[in-house]
Amino acid sequence: MCLGIPGKIIELRTTSEHLAVADVGGVRREINIGLVADDDGGLSVGEWVLIHVGFAMAVIDEDEAHRTIEFLRELGSLYDEEIDQLREGEVR
Amino acid sequence: MRFVDEYRDPVAARRALSEIRTLAGERSVKFMEVCGGHTHTIYKHGIEQILPANVELVHGPGCPVCVIPMGRVDDAIAVAETPGVIFTTFGDMMRVPGGDGNLLQAKARGADVRMVYSPLDALAIARDNPERQVVFFAVGFETTAPSTAITVLRARDAGITNFSVFCNHVTIVPPLKAILDSPDLRLDGFIGPGHVSTVVGNRPYRFVPERYGKPLVTAGFEPLDVLSAVVMLLRQLADGRCEVENQYSRVVRDEGNPRALAVLAEVFELRPHFEWRGLGFIAQSALKLRAGLALWDAEDRFDIPGVRVADPKACQCGEVLKGVIKPWECKVFGTACTPETPIGTCMVSSEGACAAYYNYGRLARTPVVLSPSPVGPTPVGAAGSPGPVTSDTAEMAVCRVHLAARSRGDDR
Repeated sequence: MCLGIPGKIIELRTTSEHLAVADVGGVRREINIGLVADDDGGLSVGEWVLIHVGFAMAVIDEDEAHRTIEFLRELGSLYDEEIDQLREGEVR
Repeated sequence: MRFVDEYRDPVAARRALSEIRTLAGERSVKFMEVCGGHTHTIYKHGIEQILPANVELVHGPGCPVCVIPMGRVDDAIAVAETPGVIFTTFGDMMRVPGGDGNLLQAKARGADVRMVYSPLDALAIARDNPERQVVFFAVGFETTAPSTAITVLRARDAGITNFSVFCNHVTIVPPLKAILDSPDLRLDGFIGPGHVSTVVGNRPYRFVPERYGKPLVTAGFEPLDVLSAVVMLLRQLADGRCEVENQYSRVVRDEGNPRALAVLAEVFELRPHFEWRGLGFIAQSALKLRAGLALWDAEDRFDIPGVRVADPKACQCGEVLKGVIKPWECKVFGTACTPETPIGTCMVSSEGACAAYYNYGRLARTPVVLSPSPVGPTPVGAAGSPGPVTSDTAEMAVCRVHLAARSRGDDR
């Protein structure tokens, strides 16, 4: 939970609740982007964010996203468990 | 076991190691990291083995699950077992032992305990079950606290009143102060946490150089990031400088995330004091909901026993969290206390130092004699230790680690 997991924004939803859909390790999950985006946007489809417990906390570039994913994968079960938990709330 | 050739940039890693040796010279230095991610990197990549023997890394209280005292787990179980309650928690907390078992056992006894990935999932459960009281077990540093804050505001704005938060959020700065004030440990600097700093920024750490005269370098999670942070700390010491530096500027901004900080200030206030496992009570080190949001505060809504429970005598999580001992120096490490049957929190959470070391470090740990004081018994379960390293070069140490791993067939 203290380690953020990178996700790629694939869809922006209602601005009122700051929701977006991100692809996180192959799982599509609704996340809150209110802490990294303004009401009128500031975040685009295709950008990468660092997600903690369903909330984007920082915008990162793609290269950094891949490096972080690689690091998290090396953690093994820690990463797998997080992806499993994400899958519970998968957007279908 | 990884070694330098497998780092992303082995040339840069070698250069960093060479600079570390030059800068450290004969001087013994001890740096603390306070992030579960760093702990993992250090153990997984054998960074302790490739550093010169006089440059020691110690692990501090960087795992939010690990610092929750047993009494708070008992409080959580008491709430979970209240009739009509749906108790929601991150999976990490399920097996954390209290004085009276853990949440998994409470669930087996019939409590409605549900694992959630996000506090928003807990709020959705509340929305779907208006006749039930839904409680969210909020834990974590500043990485997760803003999420709890937004969820509470969402509950308020949507008029969802059957939702409340059992708040155990802690903040990163007070334990650093407590460690610096502790006579147990002499530190020469800190490797600052990576992702917590995306929220709080680098400014809150300024007291470390200003008041305590120690450097702090915020670092990323790759092995080269950690080595670079060590170089930056040693350069500061060599130059007679003492400041907060940012090795992880590709992610961490000095000002942090202002929106997250604003929502934290809106929703939470500091508790006068909060108990940390191993560190005792630390003033203004944890968050509670502001009085105006008391309706969503589980501590207002339920009878919380609030009994302080002493840690099991055999458990030395406290010393591990303070960096006074290494995981393998704990008497029950790897024997009575394993990830399957944890006694202490550091073995429960996958972010904990004991679990990280159990999973990676013990595979090929080379006992490194770093201090004049006795280091403790040979680590339990540390297979194939090729003997103490005292004065050889880092490359030789790397080579030995590699060979030790290969001799057991776990070289990859």
